[in-house]
Amino acid sequence: MPRNRVAAIEGWFTLDDEPRLIGTKCVDSGTYFFPPETTMSRAPGHSTSELVPVELSRTGKLWSYTNAGYKPPEPYIAVTDPYEPFLIAAVELEAEKIVVLGQCVAGVTSADVTVGDEMELVLDTLYSDEDAADGPTDHVVWKWKPIGWTGPANAASGASGTAEGGQ
Amino acid sequence: MVDDVSIIGVGMHPWGKWGRNFVEYGVAAIGDAIADAGIDYRDVQFVAGANTMRNGYPGYIAGATFAQAMGWTGIPVTSAYGACASGVMAIEAARQRILAGLCDVALVVGADTTPKGFLAPTKGERQNDPDWLRFRLLGATNPTYFGLYARRRMDVYGATEEDFAAVKVKNARHGLANPYARYRKEYTVEEVMASPVVADPLRLLHICATSDGGAAMIIASNEWAAAHGHSDAVKIKGVSTVTPTFPNTVIEMPNFATDSAAGLPVPDRTFKQAIGDAAYAQAGIGPDEIDVAEVYDLSAALELDWYEDLGFCGPGEAEKLLRDGQTTFGGRTVVNPSGGLACFGEAVPAQAIAQVCELTWQLRGQAEGRQTEGARVGISANQGLFGHGSSVIVAK
Repeated sequence: MPRNRVAAIEGWFTLDDEPRLIGTKCVDSGTYFFPPETTMSRAPGHSTSELVPVELSRTGKLWSYTNAGYKPPEPYIAVTDPYEPFLIAAVELEAEKIVVLGQCVAGVTSADVTVGDEMELVLDTLYSDEDAADGPTDHVVWKWKPIGWTGPANAASGASGTAEGGQ
Repeated sequence: MVDDVSIIGVGMHPWGKWGRNFVEYGVAAIGDAIADAGIDYRDVQFVAGANTMRNGYPGYIAGATFAQAMGWTGIPVTSAYGACASGVMAIEAARQRILAGLCDVALVVGADTTPKGFLAPTKGERQNDPDWLRFRLLGATNPTYFGLYARRRMDVYGATEEDFAAVKVKNARHGLANPYARYRKEYTVEEVMASPVVADPLRLLHICATSDGGAAMIIASNEWAAAHGHSDAVKIKGVSTVTPTFPNTVIEMPNFATDSAAGLPVPDRTFKQAIGDAAYAQAGIGPDEIDVAEVYDLSAALELDWYEDLGFCGPGEAEKLLRDGQTTFGGRTVVNPSGGLACFGEAVPAQAIAQVCELTWQLRGQAEGRQTEGARVGISANQGLFGHGSSVIVAK
């Protein structure tokens, strides 16, 4: 049975082979918004501006990164059992002058990246629903991948388990 | 500059993981603050409660909850919520009431009972709530953001994981004799570095826990204070509860992205800098005059950011200030003499009030075992979810 592929959230990114985040742009001020702001431009003084949908740059520079050493609480849905730590990246898009968070694709560890690295946007399964009414369904989300990264260089670092009283 | 108000009583319930009703902690703290002020609860003319989100409806109406727990006296109440800044929003409500001449004596109180583990969003399928979505789509916890700031600090300023560990070691030492601290245990840099990674580069012992606790203050007009034996009370000189200025180019909890700087000019000062600036401006006091500070070390690395954001040193100089011992006893500006969040863990609505309680004890010379010698001016600072932050400046 073919698997269905749907966005984990509607209207935040395209589902192309070369996916892009979808934002909006305040026409008057030139300010971008992600997630897409549709109510009103938040640029002070430009509340009457038109907001138009725009696709954001597919690549950017790594502003910072961290990992999820412990399994995040719900509504996060763990994709592996036992839990595998994953990297979270903050990537700066040059044209839009905006920093956007995203998970890194599975297998990228902090040893693989340095602040300033070139990153590209890809789509990956966030979680799957094998029992969906119209067949097995993969819910996809945007993730960041270091450009030129081809696979795990070493075993995943960091601890896993249950947080003991951390924030 | 704004007129002062007097802090005539402070009290806290010890922080811990007691698992009891948050109201108990608040009532205990109120009792201590009332006794410290030498007044009767019936003297209180206004209650400002800081809310908790994890204890059902009584937590959302903290002002009324505590007014009822103390025995209704017919006075007006307010309940404030501003994430980590909730306590100072309550202080500000009480101060405004006094400065407006609407009352002479007000009670400020906050208390919390916290679950174990990561702070998690409200349950349910809530696709319009960024705080819910960041867990679902990113798996981003609060330490995720702390980790991003810490890594950025390492990259931009050359901070090391050992520097972050040294903050924890310092604060753990500060809090050893604090009867209100939850963790009273000394750590070595090696022990901190051996704890598991939570949010690379941050380890478990770099990140604060969540705790139960309660804190309360009695504040009064200077006239009322003087007429009731408190003419030398510690004074509140400045209160800041500012929000960021657009475009905010530093990623903020629980957001998915920063504001874009492609359209409008970036403000001269970051949000965290603006928090302290507003308090300094209101107080007419500068960073050089600060003897003691209680800052939000949600992570050890964030304490270093505060040194710079509060003007104790220039950008990139925080590690040197720490290594030179300038932020511990005997140094220029003692930071987190209470032990900070490292020794307390965060009891959200109580924490910003607890910071001011500690500063009050420091300025009175009553901080036994953790006293900053000759402290005359103190500042608190905190930052939390959704663009909330606060700072209070107090002076003798």
